[in-house]
Amino acid sequence: MRHLISVLIENESGALSRVAGLFSARGYNIESLTVAPTEDPSLSRMTIITSGSDEIIEQITKQLNKLIETVKVVDLSEAPHLERELMLLKVRATGKDREEMKRMTDIFRARIVDVTDTTYVIELTGNQGKLDAFIQAIDPALILEAVRSGVCGIGRGERVLRA
Amino acid sequence: MLLTGAEIVVQCLQRENVKYVFGYPGGAVLHIYDAFFQQDQIRHVLVRHEQAAVHAADGYARASGEVGVALVTSGPGATNAVTGIATAYGDSIPVVILSGQVPTAMIGQDAFQEVDTVGITRPCVKHNFLVKDVAELAETIKKAFHIARTGRPGPVLVDIPKDVSAAKCAFHYPETVSMRSYNPVVKGHQGQIRKAVKALREAKRPILYAGGGVILADAADELTALARRLGAPVTTTLMALGAYPASDRQFLGMPGMHGTYEANLALHHADVVLAVGARFDDRVIGSPEHFASEPRTIIHIDIDPSSISKRVKADLPIVGDVRHVLADFLRILDEEGLTAPRETLAPWWERIEQWRARRCLAYEQPADGPIKPQYVIDTLWKVTKGEAIVTSDVGQHQMWAAQYYRFDHPRRWLNSGGLGTMGVGLPYAMGARFARPDAPVVCVTGEASIQMCIQELSTCKQFRLPLKIVNLNNGYLGMVRQWQELFHGGRYSESYMDSLPDFAALARAYGHVGIRVDRPADLQPALERAFTEHANELVFLDVRIDPRENVYPMIQGGKGLTEMILSANDL
Ligand SMILES: Cc1ncc(C[n+]2csc(CCOP(=O)(O)OP(=O)(O)O)c2C)c(N)n1
Ligand SMILES: [Mg+2]
Repeated sequence: MRHLISVLIENESGALSRVAGLFSARGYNIESLTVAPTEDPSLSRMTIITSGSDEIIEQITKQLNKLIETVKVVDLSEAPHLERELMLLKVRATGKDREEMKRMTDIFRARIVDVTDTTYVIELTGNQGKLDAFIQAIDPALILEAVRSGVCGIGRGERVLRA
Repeated sequence: MLLTGAEIVVQCLQRENVKYVFGYPGGAVLHIYDAFFQQDQIRHVLVRHEQAAVHAADGYARASGEVGVALVTSGPGATNAVTGIATAYGDSIPVVILSGQVPTAMIGQDAFQEVDTVGITRPCVKHNFLVKDVAELAETIKKAFHIARTGRPGPVLVDIPKDVSAAKCAFHYPETVSMRSYNPVVKGHQGQIRKAVKALREAKRPILYAGGGVILADAADELTALARRLGAPVTTTLMALGAYPASDRQFLGMPGMHGTYEANLALHHADVVLAVGARFDDRVIGSPEHFASEPRTIIHIDIDPSSISKRVKADLPIVGDVRHVLADFLRILDEEGLTAPRETLAPWWERIEQWRARRCLAYEQPADGPIKPQYVIDTLWKVTKGEAIVTSDVGQHQMWAAQYYRFDHPRRWLNSGGLGTMGVGLPYAMGARFARPDAPVVCVTGEASIQMCIQELSTCKQFRLPLKIVNLNNGYLGMVRQWQELFHGGRYSESYMDSLPDFAALARAYGHVGIRVDRPADLQPALERAFTEHANELVFLDVRIDPRENVYPMIQGGKGLTEMILSANDL
């Protein structure tokens, strides 16, 4: 089962390698990992997408909690939550493809953020499925470059993760 | 007044009441060594290899219950220390390792004797720090000691660049540490504890299964009191020998791969298992699937939540310090007026006594035959009246020491259970002797293991450590040979060492007493002389034992607790 785990961790050098090292040393899956400081700059928030049986997920959360610098861990996927990922896509935009690209961008409520005579950079946010669908929808030969931020997530409503 | 980083290090260690530092100097720690030179409160023990520095600090911690301290230089000093650190981590031993590092400005430039010590040690420490600013040094050291000794203990490394130990700063040692990210649970959940007590009271076939956590938490008295109160059998793992008196009838011996018949069968057939500071390790229960084939209620007390339901699902998990939790058990039993063991356990004890009647550890010592290792440990136990601190290395001799030296007290048995590191025996004995200068300290080793840290005989001479080394010399990597005999068709690939040294002569070359023992009749007199005539000297007893002897009982790796081989006849 796919799980989305959020970790609040001290914003110290080395904290990221402790988390990454834990996943590789114990053989856990890591599909995506994002990390950035929070509104409190002394804390970082990580969002990790992983998968495994209930026992493995239980171990993952326990092992994350065991790291000395970890302040809090929640499995966001246990309750209603939002997931978002950002993608920047550089595409070939010439001739009739130029119009088609513009049309797909509108349909997906994406935005064109960089324009040249021959290329567009398209910005799209959404859950992983939406980003995948966009890539599916356009001609792969036209994709010059794709960069995705990895997923970040937050609980819905009153569910709050803070130190 | 401003102090240098090096002086701050020394001040911090003094404030932590550190009595001994085990270490080895080098370029990156010269300032720190200079500061040591100018004080006399802390004694520095100069080892002959950094691995031994950490092992000795670890042995000191095991024997004393206090944090052990090691000091090494950057680069090769730090990499030599890694085996010691991983060994301490494997058994959750509180050790603080201070390592020198190249100056901050040179970090990352492949400087002379630079390695990424924090990176290399990250997976085998409880935590580690690189101190980039002298202003953070004191607080970091305070945190290191706090983290090492609280919660599930473990090694903590502090990497100190050379310019940081030279820089000056006002010294202030914090009295307390508060870390929002680190607050280990001490008290167990009262509701869970009540449920657990009820389950134990209603059990028809209970067993107490204690692990190293009981030793680490100094909870032997509580464990013993609970066992007596319940009248239940007790098994203690390799790491917990001495947590319950081995001479007591309720003690079944250790469980696992080389555990006793009665301990393994009782653990398998129990209806309620109280696991205390133990972790259902692969060397204890073998296959978790086989173990799960028998229904039972598992109560699991551990300070580390990640140890619970890791290999075996717990029905009643209790997170907390085992000493506190066991004290709560006893209090609840008091409240409920349960003071004497119940009759209802009689049928369970009858079964256990039948298993015990197999006498799975019985052995024979022919008067004129080769010396049996079991006889050596038995005799050692008699000669030391069971009161010695015994360290061991890794192999058959370790298992014989664990099986035949009956430990009645905690912190008397020091060995590497988790990592299984050959070479720990001698440095552990050194650390133990510093911790308990009054106690007889014996290292039971093998001719292969002892050679992994044999240079420490020199340290022992310098510090006049009157250790007794009992080398069970079978001329083989015996444990490897045993597996090859049983599971690899008798193909003894590289398990025989030709050209062994004359150990007795080698010991004498280091300035100690060396005695070779070839005949059973000479063993007891030699051991007695070691503790009388040579009481104040290190004695190396090179005991030539039967090279064909194997360790039994044995459970093959991956098999279950009921699948024991009791002797060669079972094969
Ligand atoms: C550092 C290290 N290397 C290898 C091993 C694997 N190993 C386990 S027991 C053993 C043989 C030990 O021989 P010896 O010390 O003579 O003890 P014996 O089994 O003969 O009593 C070996 C090589 C180990 N445990 N540690
Ligand atoms: Mg041997």
